[in-house]
Amino acid sequence: MTSAVSFQKVSRHFGSVRAVDAVDLDIAPGEFFAMLGPSGSGKTTCLRLIAGFEQPTSGSISIFGERAEGVPPYRRNVNTVFQDYALFPHLNVLDNVAYGLMVKGVGKPERHKAAEEALSLVRLPGYGARRPGQLSGGQRQRVALARALVNQPKVLLLDEPLGALDLKLRENMQEELKSLQKALGITFVFVTHDQGEALSMADRVAVFNDGRIMQIGTPEDIYQRPRTRFVADFVGSSNVLPPDFVQRYCGQHRWGSLRPESIRIGRAAKGDGVTARLVGTNYLGATTRLALDVDGLRLHAIVPAVTKLPAEGEAVALTFNREHLHLMDEPA
Amino acid sequence: MTIAALNSNPAAPAILPGSGGLRGALSDLFWRRPKLLLLLMLLPPVLWLGIVYIGSLFALLAQSFFSIDEFSGLINREFTLKTYGDLLQAANLDIILRTVTMAALVTLASAIIAFPIAYYAARYARGRWKALFYLGVMLPLWSSYLVKVYAWKLILAKEGILTWLLGKLNLLWLLDAWLSLPIVGGNSLSVSFTGTFIAFVYVWLPFMILPVQAALERVPGNLVEASSDLGASPGQTFRNVLFPLALPGIVAGSIFTFSLTLGDYIIPQIIGTSRLFIGQAVYSQQGTAGNIPLAAAFTVVPIVIMGFYLWGAKRMGAFDAL
Repeated sequence: MTSAVSFQKVSRHFGSVRAVDAVDLDIAPGEFFAMLGPSGSGKTTCLRLIAGFEQPTSGSISIFGERAEGVPPYRRNVNTVFQDYALFPHLNVLDNVAYGLMVKGVGKPERHKAAEEALSLVRLPGYGARRPGQLSGGQRQRVALARALVNQPKVLLLDEPLGALDLKLRENMQEELKSLQKALGITFVFVTHDQGEALSMADRVAVFNDGRIMQIGTPEDIYQRPRTRFVADFVGSSNVLPPDFVQRYCGQHRWGSLRPESIRIGRAAKGDGVTARLVGTNYLGATTRLALDVDGLRLHAIVPAVTKLPAEGEAVALTFNREHLHLMDEPA
Repeated sequence: MTIAALNSNPAAPAILPGSGGLRGALSDLFWRRPKLLLLLMLLPPVLWLGIVYIGSLFALLAQSFFSIDEFSGLINREFTLKTYGDLLQAANLDIILRTVTMAALVTLASAIIAFPIAYYAARYARGRWKALFYLGVMLPLWSSYLVKVYAWKLILAKEGILTWLLGKLNLLWLLDAWLSLPIVGGNSLSVSFTGTFIAFVYVWLPFMILPVQAALERVPGNLVEASSDLGASPGQTFRNVLFPLALPGIVAGSIFTFSLTLGDYIIPQIIGTSRLFIGQAVYSQQGTAGNIPLAAAFTVVPIVIMGFYLWGAKRMGAFDAL
C-alpha cells in the first residue's frame, strides 16, 4: 500500500542549522499521525515540507506515491490548519471557507453551499456573514478547519492548532478532531509540543529532537517503552535512571526509565525498597507530585492526593514493580 | 547581590511622600485628571488647525463666491456664482481635464512602480537592507525640490544624458517616434508632457512607497502561505489577498500623489509645455491677472475632486481592511 506521506532521508538545512536531518517517515493513509517534540526540534519544518512551504535540501518526499519536490503548495492536494489560523481579515467567514473553491473556479452559489456545509460540520452554521475579527479563538480555529476541509484534501496538516485555546476548549476540540478524522477518513498530520495531546489523539506518534526522529510508535509504545532517555523524559516526564542505579536493582548495566506513577512510597525503610529523602511536594489536585532524593539522584513520584505523607526532609521507603522499570535500547 | 539585600524592609513606608513643589503637584493633578492633560496638549494644535488652517481655507472658499469688476479690476464682495461660470469656460475646463488626467496617470504609475519596491522592503529586507531601503527612499526627500526638478530638466533636455544614452544604444528612433506623437510629444522630453510626467512620478514616488510598505508590513506572512496552501497561484494570491490588504496603503499613497500633482505649479512650469495646469492657473490668476475670485474657484476644484475620490475609494471598500 502506498504511504500517504513518505520521507526518504529528508534534510532541510538553514545555513549551518540542521532543522530536519535525514528523516525517514511513512504515514499510512487514513492515519492520525502526531509529530511531537520541543520547539526547534524540526517537527514544524517537517510539516512545512509536506505542505510545500519548504523544499528539502536533500532526500525525497512523496505524497500518495507522487514525488513532491519542486511542486509548489498550490499544486498539492494538501491543506493546512495554521497555528494562528491565518484567516483572511478582509473576507467574511463564508468567503474565507470558500476561498479554496473560489481560486479553483467553482461558481459562487456552489462554493457558498459547500462552505455552509463545512461550517455546519465544524458546528458553526450561520456564522458565514461574520468577520474573523468578530469570532473567539475557538471559533476561528473551527473556521480554519472548515476552510481546509472544504477542499477535501488528501492530507490535512495541523500546526499546533490547539495551542492558543484554553484548557477546557482544548479538551473538547481534541475529542472533536478525533471523531472528525474518523468520520472523514482523511490522513491527519498533527504537530504539537504537548505530549498529552499527542498521546490522546494520535494513532502513531513520532518524537522529534534536534531535527531527528527519536522514536515512532503507538502512544503506548512511546509512553511505556521509550527507546531513548530523551523520549522517556519528554513524554510524560519519566524518571531516567543511570546504568549504575539500574544495575543495583535489575542486574543489567543499562539506562532505565521509571514512570512517576509507578513509584509507591512507604514510611519505613525495609525489605527491597530504596531509601530516599522527601525534598518537596507539589499538590496537583487529584494527585501529589513528590520530589525525592536517592543518593543525589533526583526522582519524581506521583501518588494519589489521599496518601499520608511524611514531612519534607524525612526518609521514605520507595518501592516499585520490577516490570515497570523499562530498560532502554539506546544510550542517548 | 545577596538575598538579604532583597528582603522586605519593615521600616519602609507603604505610601511614598510626594516629590513636593510645583512639579510634584502638577504630576499628581494630571494623574488624577488625565483629561486636563489631554486638553492642554491638544489646545495649541487644535487652535492652529482650526483658526489658521481651516479658517484661511474657508476664507479662500468665500472669495470664490465674490466676483471681479472687469473695468476697475476691483473685487465686488457680493455673493455670486459668476466666477464659477467663468471657471466652466472651455479654456479653463481644458486646464482642469489636463491636470486631472496627469494626476491620475502619475498616481497609477507611482502605484505600479512602488508596489514591488514596497513588497520587497516589507517581506524580504531585514536589518541592513531595510536601513538601505529607507535611506534610498528618503534620501531624495532631503535635497531641495527645485534642485531635483532642474536636474530632471537637464537629464531630459535634448543635449541631456538620456538622449545621449539612447543614441549610444541606437534607440534614438524610439525617442523620436515617441516625441512625434501628439499631446505627449514635443521638441524634446524636457518640453513635453512626458517629461512633466516623469518628473512628477520621480518627485512623488516616496509618498507612495512608504504607505504601501506600511500596509504590506501589516499583512502577516502566513496569509500569503494560507492562500497558496488553499490552491491559489501567485497571481491569484496577489489579486485576492495582497492587493486588497495593501489597498488602504495604496489609497493613502495615492491621496498624496494625486493631490500633490493636482496642486503643483513648479514642475509643469520648468519641465513641460506652455499649456497650463491648475496650479499654474491659480498662480497666474492671483498674481499677474489679479483675479483672486477665479484663483479661489480654481483651488476649489482639487478639493472637490479629492472629496469625490475619497468617497469613491470608500465605496469600493478601500478602507475595509483597516
